[in-house]
Amino acid sequence: MKSLTRPCSVAALLAASAIFASPAFAQAGVGENYRWLTFTVFAAVIAVTMYVTYLAAKRVRSASDFYTAGGGVSGLQNGWAIAGDYLSAASFLGIAGLISLYGYDGFMYSVGWLVAYVAVLLLIAEPCRNIGRYTLSDILAYRNDPKKVRIVGALSTITVSTFYLTAQMVGGGVLVKTLIGINYETSVVGVGILMLAYVLFGGMVATTWVQIIKAVLLVTASIIIVILVWAPYGFSLPGFLGDVVADPKVQARVATLLGDPAKTMSAAQLGQRFLEPGLYFKAPIDQISLGMALVFGTAGLPHILMRFFTVRNAVQARKSVVWAMVVIGGFYVLTLFLGFGAARLVGPGNIATVDAGGNMAAPLLAQYIGGGQNSFFGNFMLAFVSAVAFATIVAVVAGLVLASASAMAHDLFVGVIRAGKETTPQGQVQAARVATLIVGAMSIGIGIAAKGQNAAVLVGLAFAVAASANFPCVLLTLHWKRCNTGGIVTGMLIGTIAAVGLTLVSPNLTYPKAVKAAAHKVLDAAPAKRAAASEALASPDAGVSAKAAKDLAALDTAIGKANADLAKWANDDTSFMGLEKPLFELKNPGLISIPLGFLGVILGSLFMRDRRAEDSWNEVYARQNTGLLVSKSVAH
Amino acid sequence: MATPNVVDWDAIIRDPRFQSLHRRKSMFLWGLMALSVVYYFLLPIGAAYYQELFKIRVWGVINIGLLFALSEFVVAWAIAVVYSRRASRDFDRMAAEIAAEFSGSRPEGVTVKEGVTV
Repeated sequence: MKSLTRPCSVAALLAASAIFASPAFAQAGVGENYRWLTFTVFAAVIAVTMYVTYLAAKRVRSASDFYTAGGGVSGLQNGWAIAGDYLSAASFLGIAGLISLYGYDGFMYSVGWLVAYVAVLLLIAEPCRNIGRYTLSDILAYRNDPKKVRIVGALSTITVSTFYLTAQMVGGGVLVKTLIGINYETSVVGVGILMLAYVLFGGMVATTWVQIIKAVLLVTASIIIVILVWAPYGFSLPGFLGDVVADPKVQARVATLLGDPAKTMSAAQLGQRFLEPGLYFKAPIDQISLGMALVFGTAGLPHILMRFFTVRNAVQARKSVVWAMVVIGGFYVLTLFLGFGAARLVGPGNIATVDAGGNMAAPLLAQYIGGGQNSFFGNFMLAFVSAVAFATIVAVVAGLVLASASAMAHDLFVGVIRAGKETTPQGQVQAARVATLIVGAMSIGIGIAAKGQNAAVLVGLAFAVAASANFPCVLLTLHWKRCNTGGIVTGMLIGTIAAVGLTLVSPNLTYPKAVKAAAHKVLDAAPAKRAAASEALASPDAGVSAKAAKDLAALDTAIGKANADLAKWANDDTSFMGLEKPLFELKNPGLISIPLGFLGVILGSLFMRDRRAEDSWNEVYARQNTGLLVSKSVAH
Repeated sequence: MATPNVVDWDAIIRDPRFQSLHRRKSMFLWGLMALSVVYYFLLPIGAAYYQELFKIRVWGVINIGLLFALSEFVVAWAIAVVYSRRASRDFDRMAAEIAAEFSGSRPEGVTVKEGVTV
């Protein structure tokens, strides 16, 4: 478990980790002379989505219009919208970056994001459509005590969405700052206001279209770049990858990653190593745990589940998932080319210099392939990719806010606070809009407050809570007769507490003692290194002295960072939780917290028997399989 | 979320056609699910414990590990295609037959009441 103490693996919770790993990005934006291009492209994207919102606003009259677009979205449209909802900046920029820096492991990581949809397709989508209406809690409330399960369901929805939303806000703020050079707070407020405009006026109709537009833009941008990257090799896969591994920049990167063992390897072996596992993931158990959270968590993400209520029936829900799998899977296959293409053309070293997490790989590749920093087309491509990244954040945030707002308005306000009283359709829409405003304002506030936080931990938490609390509850209420209110409440609480609790004592947090020890180590080794480098600097061989100069510069940076770390943690010996070292070694808690969540539902149900839940099992089971009485939200 | 009780759910559950649908669907779904989970976790397990196998080159510089990772996409897509074809050929038709018969007692147009949480 040595790897856990490595600084690089501490940041390695999710690909998203990569996104937000480095606090300070070097300037990588569009050149000064071409700023107008960026603003033109951004303005075009915003204008189109605003027009769509304007059209959508006229169609939002009832609660079902607001929450589910009146149930009138087609399977094809919903598939693209799911892809738009799901492919966050983490997957767009983070995975391409991971591949460009670590080769094979980055690609292997992308697989789980697609496989996750098999569980959604087979177990969740159709039954949810057949018995649900607007929210996750609707499914849970069907044969249980509606008040109790609505409260825990809404809390869990808000928890998962807030973690996810904060990550998007923090990551988005940093990204927009890097790409177009406006400051963090302004970009968070900008994202927030734009997203609020879509959701507040256009509800699910506008959100759906913004997500579709974003997905189409994302896929289009990727296809264009991939064609430009791949065409010179006559679209041959071995030809392309053969060239990647033969590149000296790639070989140098592998040598840096491997350290000492690389000294006995030939250049060809180093290059080939880029296509082999183990450069990024060091602890297999960590990766399996993360895989579990991804594969089961997706089926418990409230903003994804909510999308199935926007289609007419179970058949359309199934079609949506199949389309989503085509788009999402196809996109990840494209990232293989984006990542390896960036490694070959831009070079891992250059990518890591701009951003240590590799997030700028795709934008830098776009700029390079368009003709470079000083060309019109190069800057246009960069501006286009930046606009896509921006649209991505706004679309994902809109989906999350809608999910939280529906939990607040539909579950808590209408379902619990005003339970038993009739709420008029106008009243429901009003409640939904007020909730949207509250959630939107909160998300802007949290986004600004969370500046500099490790957003990767938050994304990991969102998936872990969804997999450990929501997934067991939804799955078992749909497929297990004995499942009841006691089980749902216990499972939700145990799953959430286990996932959050284990993360708080995991290696993801900063442990000042370890940081300080590492800093002392750097400082202790510095004099010897400086002496060696100074000696080499005097060497007559130009290559050796140039390398020595580089080493000296790197050493100075390392010393500066070590001193900064020592100063920052001078008065601290324990983590946020008051621990000197992690109590729990896994970076993602899934492996432990998912079984605990299931156990919670099962034991809770068995200990608190409920005749009513068992008596209505026949109704639930017949309904989810036949689609009888499916909620028809389409206006008559 | 009690719905107006116009459908005899117990009768549906007892109906041999529903039982046949339930049996076939369950076996098929859980079988595919198990296949998917096992196949997915073979990837990280292989990458961690069978590195020598993953490193064997089979097509230019492309090795077994890379092909295996690509095959994960193919398998996920294949499961989606196999399931949706089977569902639209068999399950949908069986479900529709049962639904048509048992919704007979339901007056035309009765649905979950619009806009009211019940």
